[in-house]
Amino acid sequence: MVHLHELFVSQNLLKLALDHAEKASAVRISAIDLLIGELSSVIDDSVAFHWDIISKDTIAEGAELRFNRVPAKVFCQDCAEENILKNGQMLCPVCGGNNIFPTGGTEFLLQSIEVETAD
Amino acid sequence: MTRKIPVVEHILSANDQIADQNLETLKAAGVFAINIMASPGAGKTSTILKTFELLEDKIKMGVIEGDLASSIDADKAQAAGIPVVQINTGGGCHLDAVMLKDAFPNLPLVSLDLLIVENVGNLVCPANFKIGTHKNVLIASIPEGDDKPYKYPGMYRGVDALIINKIDLMPYVDFDIEYFLKGVEILNPGLQSFSVSCKTGEGFEAWINWLVEQVKGHDR
Repeated sequence: MVHLHELFVSQNLLKLALDHAEKASAVRISAIDLLIGELSSVIDDSVAFHWDIISKDTIAEGAELRFNRVPAKVFCQDCAEENILKNGQMLCPVCGGNNIFPTGGTEFLLQSIEVETAD
Repeated sequence: MTRKIPVVEHILSANDQIADQNLETLKAAGVFAINIMASPGAGKTSTILKTFELLEDKIKMGVIEGDLASSIDADKAQAAGIPVVQINTGGGCHLDAVMLKDAFPNLPLVSLDLLIVENVGNLVCPANFKIGTHKNVLIASIPEGDDKPYKYPGMYRGVDALIINKIDLMPYVDFDIEYFLKGVEILNPGLQSFSVSCKTGEGFEAWINWLVEQVKGHDR
């Protein structure tokens, strides 16, 4: 079954990676580092699946996709401290209040690409 | 030679850039746009049709319909006399900025004050993709159940207004409104909400007032 949501993500990722590789006059992209927060709803396997298909015949073909996950963190204004939110939690893990805002876990970034240049 | 090149860019930056372009297009045409999202069958199209009926040409309204397939919704809008474009995603579970950009030339934008985009029926994906509208509106309906804020926090966090539809069904369905509103308040404190029934028309006055206020107060 094709997960078109992740295909869209892969397409955007490919374009972004190729643009930066071109600027660096790269002949090949060997690895791509992604920073994905737990609050972003992206499924690693589905992105990887589409990646192989759409990167075919580009300089990104065969590039290793590395998913680096960032835990969901919130800052509680009542406790004046930052805590990690475990799966499903919506309130401050310490005081149970909702005077919180996310400080981590919403990342959805292409961190870096590893390329080979001609020189 | 192998090098590591820092990028540190949002993966959807290409989509987001087009979303920003869409906002510029709307600004140039003097149009205020909202993105309506909801589960299938919650009442997106019904709300749009009722809104058009009650606006009574006070505000000139146009619609972009998003569905995987069919023109059922656009046909209804057209029959009501609303300028409308139907986007068929062919399987895509949400609208994106490119689809909106491609739809714009088919609408008389310059003669519109308000554009309502009906996103694909889906409580998950649309919340993650900017399309280039000014406000996000979620329609929750009574038969869907009172636990939806807890199950779909991303959607509830990301909207600027909430319409609670099908209140006429409250006597027939188990729905703990306190529990529901508590979930909403946790995720989106102070969120503007409107309890309505598209069927009976109840509660629509407040929604229309808010919409007219948004259109008139918006910097165009």
